[in-house]
Amino acid sequence: MTAVKQPAIEFRNVSFRLPSGRTLLSDLNLTIGQGETLVLLGRSGCGKTTTLKLINRLLDPTDGQVLVDGKPTTEWDPIRLRRRIGYVIQEVGLFPHFTIEQNVAIVPRLEGWEEAKITARVRELLNLVGLDFERFAGRYPRELSGGQRQRVGVARALAADPPIMLLDEPFGALDPITRREIQQEFRSLQKKLSKTMVFVTHDVGEAFLLASRIALLRDGKVVLLGQPADFLESKEPEVQAFVSCLRDPASSTAAL
Amino acid sequence: MNLWQFLIAQRAEVFQLSLEHLFLVAVSTGIATLIGVPLGIMLTRRPALSKPILAFANIMQTVPSLALFGFLIPLNIYLFHVRIVGGIGARTAIAALVLYSLLPIVRNTFTGISNVDPAIREAGKGLGMTDRQLLFQVEIPLALGVIIAGIRVATVIAVGTATIAAAIDAGGLGRYIFRGLRMNDNTLILAGAVPAALMALAADFLLGWVEHLFGRGGGGRVNFRRAIFAVGLAGAVAGILIALALRPGATSGRIAIGSKDFTEQIILGEILAQTIENKTGLQVDRRFDLGGNLAHDALVAGEIDAYVEYTGTALTAILKLPPISDATEVYRRVKEEYAKRFSLEWTEPLGFNNTFAILVRGDDARKLKLRRISDTALYAPKWRAGFGQDFMSRPDGYNGFTRAYGLKFREVREMDLSLTYRALVDRQVDLIAGNSTDGLIARLGLVQLDDDRHYFPPYDAVPVVGQETLKRHPEIRAVLTTLGGSISVDEMRQMNFAVDGARRAAKDVVEEFLRKKGLKSGS
Repeated sequence: MTAVKQPAIEFRNVSFRLPSGRTLLSDLNLTIGQGETLVLLGRSGCGKTTTLKLINRLLDPTDGQVLVDGKPTTEWDPIRLRRRIGYVIQEVGLFPHFTIEQNVAIVPRLEGWEEAKITARVRELLNLVGLDFERFAGRYPRELSGGQRQRVGVARALAADPPIMLLDEPFGALDPITRREIQQEFRSLQKKLSKTMVFVTHDVGEAFLLASRIALLRDGKVVLLGQPADFLESKEPEVQAFVSCLRDPASSTAAL
Repeated sequence: MNLWQFLIAQRAEVFQLSLEHLFLVAVSTGIATLIGVPLGIMLTRRPALSKPILAFANIMQTVPSLALFGFLIPLNIYLFHVRIVGGIGARTAIAALVLYSLLPIVRNTFTGISNVDPAIREAGKGLGMTDRQLLFQVEIPLALGVIIAGIRVATVIAVGTATIAAAIDAGGLGRYIFRGLRMNDNTLILAGAVPAALMALAADFLLGWVEHLFGRGGGGRVNFRRAIFAVGLAGAVAGILIALALRPGATSGRIAIGSKDFTEQIILGEILAQTIENKTGLQVDRRFDLGGNLAHDALVAGEIDAYVEYTGTALTAILKLPPISDATEVYRRVKEEYAKRFSLEWTEPLGFNNTFAILVRGDDARKLKLRRISDTALYAPKWRAGFGQDFMSRPDGYNGFTRAYGLKFREVREMDLSLTYRALVDRQVDLIAGNSTDGLIARLGLVQLDDDRHYFPPYDAVPVVGQETLKRHPEIRAVLTTLGGSISVDEMRQMNFAVDGARRAAKDVVEEFLRKKGLKSGS
């Protein structure tokens, strides 16, 4: 190992175009360090989710390279890569025909863990996200509230203890009060786990609360990359537009 | 005799036919499921193929059953030395039912899996599931309700369509329905239709319950091993049933006699069969009740050895030659053409001509003084006519007939031949085309009008035999020659009436006739 810590994820001149020719990302360069939480912020359709899917190889770049642990994603076996990366999407991602226990245990079962170890792990994870194992393990997703489902989604992504977590607007569908609670819980979870996280949101308050660094995207390009403090000083109009939401009393998630 | 009494009295036969019916439905739906579900899954992986394959399944469902049978009978498709398609009997009926059942199963499997929420599919992929794991743990369990709904639809359709299996001697409840239509007997029709309807309702209810069980998504993970085991078990059961269905039929010491699907044909088939049995000691298989031109197809395919055909029908409907009115000339032509084209031989004519009979109600004939067909020209514009599908389509049928007599009816209704008699008696129609030897003519008090312009070609009944059969059993030629000229129109009408009107068994009627004629020797 060299003295410089290897970045967990690196984007090198990455572009992504649809077969129709529409460009979703152009010439993206990003370095995400180990244990860092990078928030991808931007309006709908700016390329946040595309960036995320390039990391776990749900998409392959049209140009350039995405490196995970120093190796281009195109050289990874996609299944092995995805099992090292936790993935949380909006609540629809839970399997409706699986119980909460079965949902959380998906990756450990795919990896062939022993049943006793799986049960212990599910118990530990549900506790971690604040759900009582005895009460919830046997239920189906439709029997849970939105906030409870989202907690299960996080627990599922953490199941096999992956070093990297991708979160795609995980709290987007929740009511403002629940969202606030779960954001706070997630922040303490972050500190406990010290994982590399890439977090997509369009909620600037959420970004300020959770990010070590923020990347603001617009039309497939990075407008600004920096710490939350850099953000407040920027004169860039798109940045100011987002920052103004923070001061807007109508914004329900003014976290600072 | 009402339906209830009939079902009680004939319970053994009803049970037997119901079992045959259930067998046809279970085996065909089972095979269709074993083919259709994997095919539907394959299409979700190769969506480009889905259009042509679904289009093919769609077309198969629209092919009329008799046309499909006609296409399947001459086929000889073998799998591991077992003939799986072709011939008459359960094998071909099952093949046809499988083709009919495929569409709902393939379509529901395909759409059920395609309609799984893409977000759920993506979540599974993102968690690191392989395509196979995604399919068996997520997509199939979530689509299972829709897939079972497809099997349910296919099963209910199969219960209904299996009734036509009787047209190719494959058994089932269709036997009662066909027999009942032929004999104008409501009780018999219901004896076939009611158990079939009950069977359809039971299948619908049972599979509806299974669908409900899986459709709620409460099933959890599909246990892969258990699923494989279940499929394997179903496959083994289907395999055993198929093996039973395909077990070799006629051996070389046996002769198979066929017949078309109306009373006179069954009597004639019985006459050939009993005469051959009496005089040669050969074992005879009776493959009666073959629908449409399937008896001809079966004879050409070597599935049967002989049946009785009519000269005019052979000339126009099978050889597609223009009608000829001279009886001797027609016989000479068909004999020559059959030998050349099909290697089949026409033996001696039996002695009667079963021509089309233009029939009206007796009271109309008396009131309007109708004797000849040309007498009706005056009334036709006010009349409704009812004709069988056969008469409407054949070259010596409807078109030429109305042209020859200059008839224009107020309305022409096309229906099954056996239903035309009923329609005439019930005053739904005023004129029909029946058969001149039909026992119902006298029983229902109908009057046959004279073909005064000699439009209809002669329809002399003649046994047709395979040349191959005559080579194997030369004694059959002599036997059939003794039957030459032995049946008059009146005798044929009496026998038809004895079966249709007096409800006697064809076998007994024929035995009595042969004894009277001195054709039953050696007893």
